[in-house]
Amino acid sequence: MIADFALAPLLPELILALSGMALLMLGAFSSGDATRTVSGFAVAALLAAAAAAATQSDMRVVLMSGTFVSDPFSSFAKVAILLASAAALLMSLDYNEREGFARFEYPVLMVFAALGMTMMVSANDLISLYLGLELQSLSLYVLAAIRRDSARATEAGLKYFVLGALSSGLLLYGASLIYGFSGSTNFETIAGVMVDHGGGAPVGVVFGIVFVAAALAFKVSAAPFHMWTPDVYEGAPTPVTAFFAAAPKLAAMALLVRVLVEPLGALVADWRQIVVFVAIASMAIGAFAAIAQTSIKRLMAYSSIGHVGYALVGLAAGDETGVRGVLVYMAIYVVMNLGAFAVILSMKRQGRMVETIGDLAGLSRSQPLLAAGLAVAMFSMAGIPPLAGFFGKFYVFMAAVSAGLYPLAVIGVVASVIGAFYYLRIVKIMYFDEPAPAFDPVTEPGQAGVLGVSTAFTLLFFLWPVPLVDAAAKAAAALFGG
Amino acid sequence: MLQTIAFYLFSGVLIGAATMVVVARNPVHSVLFLILAFFNAAGLFVLMGAEFLAMLLVVVYVGAVAVLFMFVVMMLDVDFAKLRAGFANYLPIGAAIGMVLLAELVFVLGAWSVSPALPEAMALPIPDPSQVHNTKALGLVIYDDYVYVFQASGLVLLVAMVGAIVLTLREREGVKRQSIARQVARTRAEGVAVVPVESRKGVDV
Repeated sequence: MIADFALAPLLPELILALSGMALLMLGAFSSGDATRTVSGFAVAALLAAAAAAATQSDMRVVLMSGTFVSDPFSSFAKVAILLASAAALLMSLDYNEREGFARFEYPVLMVFAALGMTMMVSANDLISLYLGLELQSLSLYVLAAIRRDSARATEAGLKYFVLGALSSGLLLYGASLIYGFSGSTNFETIAGVMVDHGGGAPVGVVFGIVFVAAALAFKVSAAPFHMWTPDVYEGAPTPVTAFFAAAPKLAAMALLVRVLVEPLGALVADWRQIVVFVAIASMAIGAFAAIAQTSIKRLMAYSSIGHVGYALVGLAAGDETGVRGVLVYMAIYVVMNLGAFAVILSMKRQGRMVETIGDLAGLSRSQPLLAAGLAVAMFSMAGIPPLAGFFGKFYVFMAAVSAGLYPLAVIGVVASVIGAFYYLRIVKIMYFDEPAPAFDPVTEPGQAGVLGVSTAFTLLFFLWPVPLVDAAAKAAAALFGG
Repeated sequence: MLQTIAFYLFSGVLIGAATMVVVARNPVHSVLFLILAFFNAAGLFVLMGAEFLAMLLVVVYVGAVAVLFMFVVMMLDVDFAKLRAGFANYLPIGAAIGMVLLAELVFVLGAWSVSPALPEAMALPIPDPSQVHNTKALGLVIYDDYVYVFQASGLVLLVAMVGAIVLTLREREGVKRQSIARQVARTRAEGVAVVPVESRKGVDV
């Protein structure tokens, strides 16, 4: 029945858009506090959209006069984005109520942000790319500042907004240069024009690529466009930070991959140097700047910058194995990141949140399960086999090596060794330091569930990596016209 | 001939007004110059035959946006002299960066080339103005070809609206609000009491 429906490829977006608007109505017109109800429906809508994305056919379908595309690549990214958003929303419910900013707009904005992300990964046109990105960013700016009585959250929101608007300006300028050369905003037409041209790209197009790549690097918070990340991650409420570090990152990365590979695929020689530079800078910043941090949220921010760098190593390879590596890496990163944030959200002492690394001291004795969960996430992020994080790094470095980018792969390995220091330091603090006063016990099913699933995935991924890797391979093949 | 004169007139006034927007000392004057700039830009659109865009510019930008600016400028007590205090400090580095960017842009535009495949690649050729007037042509493009992005921009605006309300609306306690239903439903018994008043005593109300 679903296959006969001409708009079936648009189903995830339709579900999200319609349920977002319906939930807004529900929240606005219900007499009591509808936050719980709206949140429940929002999680259901995100899961339904994920199911709709997962059941898409493997064919490449272009709809809406070429502005929208559905292919295995977009389906893969959508499933990951929607599941990550649902998990982030589940984790946030109790926190928001406790801290007194539980409002029904929160889940609604998350649904709209998720809608923006699915539109980004399905964009087949510079205009739909921009609008998807704006829909996502605008929702995220509001979410960052949603705790409006807190000066830090407001500052985070404002900083994110101003810098985000600047990067959107860069993106539009770059897009206008690309349009000015190719005469079309459609990805397929641009790709055709770029191939026809052959040889070196004209200087105007190179400028366009630089601007677009810089703007998207800002969105994935890759160095040297990462300055906003630590401040926003630290200032925003922790559940919002958990959301920021997971789904939007994957979406922006998928968008970057699609833009560079599909319309600009013929110019790989021109954009590879940008990606290589950004990857090296991000890995270095992620490895060195995180060492001196005392706030766990700032540490996670620098860690996310580093992880984006590793994922970009795969993109620098610019071929099918590379893109497969990026997708596997980002999917694993999202899972372990959500696990780590489930623990950070439980760092609460006598009802008050604490967020310095020192507060974790001796956690293994007061709450062994929590400590074990965070330790697994940290070992995995450090890339220690046989945990999932190791496989992510393995696939991207393998792609870089097979593309002949030996120096990049070596720098990546060195950076991940340096980065292992601060991940392992957290494990050491939890297991060997004098215990700090114990945290309040975790009573929240959402957090416990996310932590359990994430830890199980990270621990047991090596037993059965085939489904994820196969899906990523299929997605990558779709991007290269396979 | 007349068209050329009109073009240079509109362009000249536009550039002059745009400069004044930036350099005017009084922010209210800046907004007024902005309105002048919008009018001249609308004139340029008319010269190009894009009368729909011209009217849109006048209605939306002059009628709504500029008036909104005016409200904001007049209601916020912004001390612009104070805002400009750091201007001189940052001028050298700002000017240097600006010059570098300008040089790069000249470099790009000097070597500008369009793709040889451009004519075929044009996604949506401009329809013949003698066949279809441009309001209709725009409508055909927006509601047929770009319906997806049109809906998406609607959602972006919805989120902007939700965001503004979430971040600024405060439920204030103890504010008296008018309820017309209650006013209308009020009966004589609620509002009027007949009290027999004894002579030279008065009553407690």
